[in-house]
Parts: sequence; structure tokens; C-alpha cells
Amino acid sequence: MPEFRETTLSNGLRVAAEIDDRGYSAAFGYFVRAGSRDEVDQESGLSHFLEHMMFKGTKRRSAADVNRELDELGGQSNAYTSEEQTVYYATVLPKFQDRLIDLLTDMLSPTLDADEFATERQVILEEIAKYEDQPPFGAFERAMEVHFGPRGLGRRILGTTESIKTMEATTMRDYFHRRYRPENIVLGASGNIDFDALVAQVEQLTQAWSQRPTVATPATDSPDTIPDGISLEPRITTPDAQQAYMVGISPGPCSTSDDRYAARALGSIMGDEGGSRLFWELIDSGRAEVATLWPHEFMNEGAWFTYMVCAPEDAKSNCRLMDDIIQGTIDKGIKAEELKQTLSKATAGAIMQSERPSNRLFGIGSRWLTCGEYLSTDEALDRLRNITVDDVENAAKKYLTTDATEIVAVSEDTAAAP
Amino acid sequence: MPWLRTAALSLNLHAGVHREPTHLGGLSGMVCEMIQRGAGQYSSRDLVAAQDNLGIDRNSGVSTAFVSFGAAMPSESLQAAISLYADIARNPHLPQDQLDDARMMAVQELRAMEDEPTHRVMRRLRELHYGERLGRSNYGTETGIQDITQEDIRDFYQTNYHATGGILSIAGKVDAAQAIDWAEAAFGDWRTGKLEDLPSPTGAAKYEHFESASSQTHIGFAFDAVPYSHPEYFKLRAGMGILSDGMSSRLFDRVREKRGLCYTVTASCHSLKNGGGVFGYAGTTPERAQETLDVTIHEIESLLDDLESSELERWKVRIESGLIMEQESSASRASSMASDFYQLGRPMTTAELETLIESLTLDDIRDYWSANPPKDYRIVTLGPNPLTIPESSESTAV
Repeated sequence: MPEFRETTLSNGLRVAAEIDDRGYSAAFGYFVRAGSRDEVDQESGLSHFLEHMMFKGTKRRSAADVNRELDELGGQSNAYTSEEQTVYYATVLPKFQDRLIDLLTDMLSPTLDADEFATERQVILEEIAKYEDQPPFGAFERAMEVHFGPRGLGRRILGTTESIKTMEATTMRDYFHRRYRPENIVLGASGNIDFDALVAQVEQLTQAWSQRPTVATPATDSPDTIPDGISLEPRITTPDAQQAYMVGISPGPCSTSDDRYAARALGSIMGDEGGSRLFWELIDSGRAEVATLWPHEFMNEGAWFTYMVCAPEDAKSNCRLMDDIIQGTIDKGIKAEELKQTLSKATAGAIMQSERPSNRLFGIGSRWLTCGEYLSTDEALDRLRNITVDDVENAAKKYLTTDATEIVAVSEDTAAAP
Repeated sequence: MPWLRTAALSLNLHAGVHREPTHLGGLSGMVCEMIQRGAGQYSSRDLVAAQDNLGIDRNSGVSTAFVSFGAAMPSESLQAAISLYADIARNPHLPQDQLDDARMMAVQELRAMEDEPTHRVMRRLRELHYGERLGRSNYGTETGIQDITQEDIRDFYQTNYHATGGILSIAGKVDAAQAIDWAEAAFGDWRTGKLEDLPSPTGAAKYEHFESASSQTHIGFAFDAVPYSHPEYFKLRAGMGILSDGMSSRLFDRVREKRGLCYTVTASCHSLKNGGGVFGYAGTTPERAQETLDVTIHEIESLLDDLESSELERWKVRIESGLIMEQESSASRASSMASDFYQLGRPMTTAELETLIESLTLDDIRDYWSANPPKDYRIVTLGPNPLTIPESSESTAV
């Protein structure tokens, strides 16, 4: 059985680990409370920009050194930024633990060099352009902006072309000092780890982190303005899309809500690909390419997404059909065998996930950062088994709606879509 | 793999895209869909319920040679899963009243792919690289899909779904002897059939451009290379590792990190049984697209100029770590075994592959790359403007 251990270092940095000596690998990640919801307008896109800059060199290592050493350790490493956190992670063979921790920890004290900053700005502008060309053409970002407002949870993670083009290195440095403080950071670990050695090494390597300068919190943005480069139009026109892309968003359970397991089961019964209410009516029949829904939990709020992709001329009738299925579930509930099927699938999924330390890492680190809570695979399985038909039906009544905020991305010469 | 809680199977039959009549692009994919719409005692919905209740995480699809079914699950479900997949492969209902639904599903997928510029570029690149016949798309064509009849489905199934040349691989927490007994019981008396060789590669150097008002210019490129089964393959692969595997690899470092030209730049080996290639992609805003293509091609062509042993060592550690970590996933092991079985006629053990990787030297890389220098580029771009391409490729605007 894996063992959970945690500690808080003298500088406030927390360490949380699920240790399993039988593992072939060890996964580590720094989870930082720095996401787009923590930014003000002039910082828009900075959490993500900083994520890139962490690979761009420290006092002890050049940018090329960082990338080279990550490759020398042979594992899988990367980083990502969300609305609520930035995560730097790697999975390596256990024998590389010390070297990896030295490197990852050093990366979190970047020099933020001006030339590297200028080059990386171009890479991020390319990243924004890349997503502009990809379905659903920014419809999810737009849905978040309209639903939550263009700031806070609704602020887009990559920022806008405008905010990135005008970003200054000093703004980044201030943001770094504000968010990358030890009390805002968790080091998560899973797999075949030497926990005592880990703690001793990180205690020593992060001593200076508590001396990071404090910077003033920037002034709040005026709610009467819309940030540069942001539109709240519910319709997005694309040059030549063949399909219509529709995203709906409404409230869902937050990450500490007791409803969240029932809500996930409901999402699965309604929206799983390969066998769910929406699948049988809309996908299996060839009416739509995608028709699904799911809850997304944030720290203190939640969202419920619906997503449909189909031919523009079928969009209206398909949306009506989706609403009928949603309303039918609110009114008439679910069948016991649907719940049984969904829970079998979720249980098997959790068991399969648990085999790879790299899969376990994110749940462990992220949960410890945001809630100070640990859930073992077996506890998670127990919670799944305890979900009842009533729980799911209550979640349906509480969260499902046919009145969500709707965003449509469609070719400009298509008039038929809703 | 007794340390796991799961088992996985990979079933591969010679019913891939290459068996389709030329005018029925999409037929193999439609048959793959239709055989899962009810089989044996199960209706379409019963099948899904049975799979879910066994906790099977599954996928299916067609490739040039094969139709493939992958299933990973808690190990206690394995026996039932083997017999379920035998039903799907051997006793499908092929319900005529669901043909139009399956057809619409295929059309939906095809249209969605049309909206992915990267996919459009890479799909056309594959046709240019292997030739229209061997390089045809797994998704078919809209006219092909519209023309498919129930007879076509039945004929394709009758001709191509049989035991001959089929590969079933199983990995995970299983007793091998017992798993073989289960497979024997499920598939042992299945009929045999005839196999056909893949068509020969017929690609040639060429440039094509799709005009689009996109934000980026999407660049795909390919050149000839030996396939996985070739004795020189790992010499090619080690060179490709130095070029494009990892964050310190040359394309990532020199095109993205040093110059900031793009977010994505990548190149990797692709193998069919009778041919192979290196396929690469870069996406960048139109005003920087020419420089991106030029720098990328330059890096590929100057691979041998300044080779360092540290580059090779880094790649070796990455591959060896990957092999060790593969022991954590039954699905990943089952799929590598099936692929080895097809390409080499036998699965390679992890130890054997480790020894092979460890033995590679810089001279091996030099030998292969000097004897087989990248040339005859197939290049496809999508964006507002076409690019100027290396001289060896003939240009056509689409």
C-alpha cells in the first residue's frame, strides 16, 4: 500500500508525497498558486509567460543548461498553467531524484533575462496564433469570459496578443515576487521516492525563498472597462470552418463541494463518449461529431460545460435535442443500471490511473495546494461506491439547465447556426 | 507483470485502409464501426454496457495495414474481454438499419478533421510521401463514404476479417499459459483467409500549398527513411533523437528556443512494413514562415556537422527511461508487442532493445545519414501565402 507523508518546511513551503517503493519511477512537481485569476489587466498572460521563463536560466544554469539537464535525466518533464495554478513537473527513474530536485528547485529562481524575455514573447505570440487556428476557435475562453466576466476566473490563460506584445519585464518580476512565495507553493511527489532525503534537500535549497522581496499588490481593474483584446460577443466567426462549434456554460460544484462526485457521475451518464445519453442520441446516430457535458471544479466556484460540434445546418435541431435530453434528466432522473455502469467505468479508471506515479502526481499536489487534503486511491474508490441514484438526481436538479450562456463559433458565411 | 492490477489486450487484423477499393475511401473505418454495433448475443448498447461493466478502457481504429482494438482493464476482466472481442470480430450483426448512422458518423469525423489545419497538412503530406494508394487517409473521402453500401460492408468483412496474420497481444497481471488458453478458446477455430501485400510506395518530391486566411502558416515536410524492420533503423532513429527528441534537441533548441520562430516544431520517424519516412511539422505566423522552413531544413541537413557524444547519450537515457517506465503500463506494453510482432515477426524484449540502444555510436549515425542524406522533400503548407521551397521539390499550388 502506498504511504502518504507531508511536512511544512521552515520557510512555509509544503511537501506532500504518496510513496510506493514498488514503483519503477518517481514523479515530482512544484505546484504554485499563480494562475490567470491572480492577474490584473496589465499582467494578463503573465502566469503562463512566467511558466515559459522558468526554463530560461538561473544564476547557476543557462537556458540551454536547463533543457539539457532535463533531457539528461531522461524522464518526461513539462509545465502547465491553469486559471488557478502553475505546475512544473517531471517523472524520472528513482536514481535521479537528487539531480532532478536540484534542477527543478533551481528553475524556480529564474534570472528573467531581458533577451530571453524578448525571444520568448515571440514563442507565446505563436502559441496564441496556433490556438486561433484550432477548433473550437477560442469558444471555451469566450465562454469563461462571458460567464465569469473577463477578469478573475474568466481571464484567459495565454493573455491576449495585445497584453503579450506590451508586457514589460519589470511587471513580470513584480508578479513573480508576489506569487512565487514559499507559502504559495507545494512540492508534490509520488512513486518510488526517498521522502526524508527529499525534505532535507529542499529545506536546504529553498532557504533563500523566504527572503524574496515583498511587492505592493497592484490596483484592482475598473469593472466598467473591458481589457485590451477581449470581446464578449457570443458569436465567433471563423474564416472557413466546416462545422459549427457550440459551448454552453453554467454554474457547477466547486472543488470542496460534497456534490462533486455525484456531479461527475452525472456528467459521465449524460456525456461520456462511447456510451451515454447524449452519445446514443447525437453521436451514435451521426447527428453530431461531439455532444457532451461535464462539470469543471475550481477552488471556490464551479462551471458546468456543454459542448457540441455538428454541421451548421443541424445546429438548431441538435441543440433542441440536447436540451430535451437535459430537461428529461432533470424531470425523470436516471436509472440504477446507468449509475452502476458509470461507477464500474470510473472505478476501473481510478485503478488504471493509480498504476503510474506520473498520473497520481497531479491530484496529490493540486489537492494539497488548494485544500490541504489527501485522498488515497482506495478512499476515492469508496467515495465512488457510495454514490446513490438520489445523489445523482439531486445533482441533476441543482446543476443541469437548458438556460446556459451559449457561445457559437461558426464560419462567417453560415447563417443557419443558432 | 505481476506488480500491476491491470491487464491489456491489443487485437490487430489485416483489415486496414489498404484493402479498400480505390473509390470507397473510408470503407475500412466504417466496417470497424459497424462490427461494434452489435455482435453475438449483444446489441450495440449491450456491448457498451458489457464493456463498461468490465471496466474496459478501449479504443479502436484503422491504419494502413490493420484494424486495431485496444482494451485495458482490471486484470480480473481479461477472460471475459477476450471472449467479448472474439464476438465483435467473429460474430458481428452488421445491422443494415444502422448503416446510415455509421455513415453520418464517418462524415462528421471527416468534416471535423477538415477544420484542423495541422491534420489537413499532414494528411496531404502522407499522400505525397507514400503515394496516393499507400498514403491514403484513414478517414476516407466524403464521396467514398457516401457510396458505401451494405454489400460493400459485408464483402469487406467477409474478405478481410479472419485469423490469418492476425495479432493478439496481451500484457499485464496475467498468467501467460492461461491467457493463451483463453485466446485459443476464443479464436482458435476462426476461419483463415488470404493476405495481400501492401502496395508499394510511389511518392516523389513535391510541394503543395493550401491557401487559407489562417493565423499561422502550417508547414509539413517529409523525406524517405528506412522502416522499423530495417537493420539500420536505430541509426536513423538515434539521429532523429538528436534532431527532435527532447527540449535540448536541435530543432526545439535552434528553431524555437534560440530564435523564437514557433511554438511547435517537431519531426519523427514513421514506419509501414514496406516503407518509412521522417515526418515533420512547424507552425508559425506567415511573416516568419519562410525563415522557419529554411532554418528547419538547414538543421536537418547539417545534422552531421557538429555531432557530439553528449547528444547521443542524452537520447539513450531518454529511451532507456521510457523502456523502464513502460513496465508501469499494461496497455503500452501490449501495443509495443503487437507492433514488434507485425514489423519484426516477434516481440523484442526490453533487455534486447536496451542492449541495441546502448551499442549505438556516433559513427553509426554518421554511416546511416551519409549514405541516406535527406532529399526529395515532400512539403505541404497551409496559410495566406506559399513559400519558396528547396530546389529538389517540384511545386504545385492547390
